[in-house]
Amino acid sequence: MNLPQSVSQFVNQYGAEIVRHTGEHLFLVGLSMGLALLLGLPLGILITRKPRWSKPVLGVANVMQTIPSLALFGFLIPLPLLGGIGTRPAIVALTLYSLLPIIRNTYTGIMGVDPAVREAGRGMGMTDWQLLSQVEIPLALGVILAGVRVATVIAVGLAAIASPIGAGGLGDLIYRGIAVLDNQRILAGTIPAALIAIGLDVGFGWLEKKLTINH
Amino acid sequence: MESNPEVAVKFSEVSYQLGQRSLLSDLNLDVQPGETLVLLGRSGCGKTTTLKLINRLLTPTSGNVWVEGKVTTRWNPIQLRRRIGYVIQDIGLFPHFTIARNIGLVPALEGWPAPRIRQRVETLLQLVGLDSEFAQRYPHQLSGGQRQRVGVARALAADPPILLMDEPFGALDPITRSSIQQEFQQLQRTLGKTIIFVTHDIQEAFILASKIGLMQNGRLIVQGTPTEFLRSQEPEAIAFIQCLRALEPLHDLLKENML
Repeated sequence: MNLPQSVSQFVNQYGAEIVRHTGEHLFLVGLSMGLALLLGLPLGILITRKPRWSKPVLGVANVMQTIPSLALFGFLIPLPLLGGIGTRPAIVALTLYSLLPIIRNTYTGIMGVDPAVREAGRGMGMTDWQLLSQVEIPLALGVILAGVRVATVIAVGLAAIASPIGAGGLGDLIYRGIAVLDNQRILAGTIPAALIAIGLDVGFGWLEKKLTINH
Repeated sequence: MESNPEVAVKFSEVSYQLGQRSLLSDLNLDVQPGETLVLLGRSGCGKTTTLKLINRLLTPTSGNVWVEGKVTTRWNPIQLRRRIGYVIQDIGLFPHFTIARNIGLVPALEGWPAPRIRQRVETLLQLVGLDSEFAQRYPHQLSGGQRQRVGVARALAADPPILLMDEPFGALDPITRSSIQQEFQQLQRTLGKTIIFVTHDIQEAFILASKIGLMQNGRLIVQGTPTEFLRSQEPEAIAFIQCLRALEPLHDLLKENML
């Protein structure tokens, strides 16, 4: 059998499954990143305003990061509302993992704004909201995006591990492939997952470069 | 809580503490409209703290600061700050704004229509001696002296009656500093603003001041016209005056060479 033949056979056999699981995978990553941004950005901004809270908030986010992912999925199974099995606990776990890079980079990005710029803004009568929206966030945007980029790439990888709790995604192909010792099936899950991760990384990298102000 | 509104800025019995540390104690000070008060002193003597109490970046631990006859704590801090121009040594131009947007910041915050802002920016660039082509550049494309001119223009943008300047020319090279000081002196005569100017440079103080306030360890120890200052017997004042005297042999030398 030559190479084009085997590729077309591979696509015939796994194509539909790859498309479906890729869709599930992107849904898991997209929704959890959305939630992580919704939670992480305000939290990151909040701790620049209340420096006393920065240690506990970053500490908790840090601890989240140290829990092995499989263990976290396990912890979530007995929990009511957020836990159980299926898509919901997977999204909860992915969101929790994505929080740290987003909170931390939002915080460091804003704290890294030149103090003279901040003082000048305040001294000229900008309200805190004006300072934040017109000065601090635009200047911190590159750093914040770097955090989102890291979080997204990690989430793509982690989403594959959420398969055993019934979350779907490309992990289904990988785990089934492992179970039946089928390398082709493993690759049918791995290659698209890797491509998604690389694609998002490049995309965010481009965006980061475009939006970073390096004056 | 009434004060004569004729006085632009007034301190009465003002103290400021940070934790246990006292940064300012029992400060009494009157600044008349149109006056240029130069606060002189070594680093850490409380000059900058005094300035920040005026635009309420800090509030006094005890005592009161009046601006235009109203205690600062009764002012809305945002309103107060927009009536007071503020120039700092590090300038603090917004790196992502063009020069025009930097200068037009306070007018924009105050909701001026765009054509009026553009006109004002044009006028101000001219006033501080910059070509109008600078309007569309970014701060990093300018030299230190040009940036500081922009800083002054920005502070003047909404035509505030009071100007606070915290060692604005300290980071410039001596030649640029000297020319910008002279231009600023000229500017000050035409604008007639009330200016409170912080410096540790006695020479600068004498060039710009209509009154000098000498500070040491959080206290105002000498207050008066430059002539009165020269007569002061305070050791700290004498120490500063000595810095001027140090240049006298040089003046003699220059004179000899001229002949």
